[in-house]
Amino acid sequence: MDVDALKKEVTTSQLWRSVMRHDLEDNPRTRVLKVMSNLFMHLHPVRIPRFGLYLKHTWCMGGITFFLFLVLTVTGTLLMFYYHPVKEAAYADIKYLEFDVPFGMLLRNMHRWAAHAMVISVWLHMYRVFMTGSYKPPREFNWVVGVLLLTLTMLLSFTGYLLTDDQLGFWAVTVGTNMARATPLLGHEGPFGDKLGMTPYNDIRFAMLGGSQVAGNALLRAYIWHCIALPLIVAVFISIHFWRVRKDGGISAPQ
Amino acid sequence: MHQFWEIISKADNVPIVIMLVLVCFFTWLSFREALKYDRARAEGKTVKQAVYAEEAGFPERVAVWPHLVRQEFLVAIGVTIFLMLWSIALDAPLEELANPNVTPNPSKAPWYFLGLQELLVYFDPWIAGVMLPNVIVVGLMAIPYIDINPKGSGYYTLRERPLAISIFLFGFLFLWVLMVCIGTFARGPGWLWFWPWQHWDVHRVVAETNIDFSDKFFGVDSASPMGFWIGLAAVALWFPAVMFPPLLLPSFRRSEFFQRLGIVRYLVFSSLLATMLATPVKMILRIFLHVKYIWVTEWFNV
Ligand code: HEM
Repeated sequence: MDVDALKKEVTTSQLWRSVMRHDLEDNPRTRVLKVMSNLFMHLHPVRIPRFGLYLKHTWCMGGITFFLFLVLTVTGTLLMFYYHPVKEAAYADIKYLEFDVPFGMLLRNMHRWAAHAMVISVWLHMYRVFMTGSYKPPREFNWVVGVLLLTLTMLLSFTGYLLTDDQLGFWAVTVGTNMARATPLLGHEGPFGDKLGMTPYNDIRFAMLGGSQVAGNALLRAYIWHCIALPLIVAVFISIHFWRVRKDGGISAPQ
Repeated sequence: MHQFWEIISKADNVPIVIMLVLVCFFTWLSFREALKYDRARAEGKTVKQAVYAEEAGFPERVAVWPHLVRQEFLVAIGVTIFLMLWSIALDAPLEELANPNVTPNPSKAPWYFLGLQELLVYFDPWIAGVMLPNVIVVGLMAIPYIDINPKGSGYYTLRERPLAISIFLFGFLFLWVLMVCIGTFARGPGWLWFWPWQHWDVHRVVAETNIDFSDKFFGVDSASPMGFWIGLAAVALWFPAVMFPPLLLPSFRRSEFFQRLGIVRYLVFSSLLATMLATPVKMILRIFLHVKYIWVTEWFNV
């Protein structure tokens, strides 16, 4: 059998060519085409400043943050198959994941550790952008987008904390949301809150929790923020962030 | 000591230990690169020559395929393996079913918020839990519009931007990372301070008599009208006391730094700085002089 002939037959077929727009030989032309003619690759420019490759310049922390976001999306979607955001079921669902679902424990662990890792990597990414002075013109606005992403990342992690419905998550979220009581004007224990008629049943904390306590409604709200709203918002801002990295001339470098 | 090991190796605290190692490493890396650059500049090299001198002569731009794509691919594999090993070695914690009637002591927020929870020792919740987080976020966003020093864009240096770097490092390393560590490792039952070798005793009581600012320094009852005015004055004067003294110096007003910044930027910058510095000042007042509130009012306390 003639392998080369077969290869040629396949790669010149209508089916193959409808998917692959160019040949795969390694030459300058295909290197460009590989980036240009693929949706995922074309998030990149064709060429980048050499500095983008230096680990001591980027620490790779932005990329790692993005990759962790993808890992979290995949593992999170799988977890959603086994999880009901209601008081009667949530805790038992976690136990079920741990003891009955094949690789359930591994799945849960991956999601949790990737979440912690993402909080760390986003801090470190900010740290490196600061230390290399990469927020300076023309990248000021991308730094602002970044700070929003940092805040959103921590909120994502925080809303996920409650979902296990165990003592750890319950009290961590109780301690966290109790702060909202003290919001000036809008919290019932905050400065001037009582002047505006704030009570535990109508203040900003009530709006966050859907109740005066961390209970069933809070679980559902945390779930919706955690699994739908925040990931969508983060995805939009990450798109803006990446787009701006390109529009600002790629990774910073000394001029 | 035995218990300290238990706390450090608690599954949810392992990330903090990893973070500490990484923060130390990257701080070292940044300083090493910055010192290298500063030295090369002092020897009269140009910016470009000084940055990564060893790679001089390589092309400015490189093809994404294969160079960047290969790197991304390798890092993705590396991170996946790391996560897999971590997840096999260590199980995510799951405690008892949530029970509003059983309050753990201490009750802690998730670890990345423990810096803010630690500040609750020094400030009321409306400051530590609401104002400061908002000031931090706004302050971070303001950085590129306040620090308009054109030098140090895209490379490491200490000498060309000493002020920006010291302020950021102070905020990040001391007011954020260190506070997270204190909140996690040194705060036990009752949010009391425990050294690593001390046992977290639930029944421990620490007698602490705190007094307010006006009682302490003026012998005036902080709840009295006079105490109110003294407190108000102390808080209101703190900001101008940080912001205005440099402005009185003609040499500062003529300095290149101030000329470039302009008065509006300077005021925004110095008021944010005053807010940031108020945190350690209040901590010192509290720890060493047992001052609880600076300003006591009917509606809120500072
Ligand atoms: C979900 C969070 C984030 C993701 C996924 C992300 C991703 C990235 C990536 C992949 C890059 C390319 C270069 C690199 O890897 O360093 C980048 C650059 C950048 N990021 Fe982020 N980032 C995030 C959060 C942040 C935060 C918190 C900040 C700052 C407060 C920030 C500011 C910037 C800036 C200014 C650049 C351009 C840097 C340069 O040109 O050297 N980003 N980001």
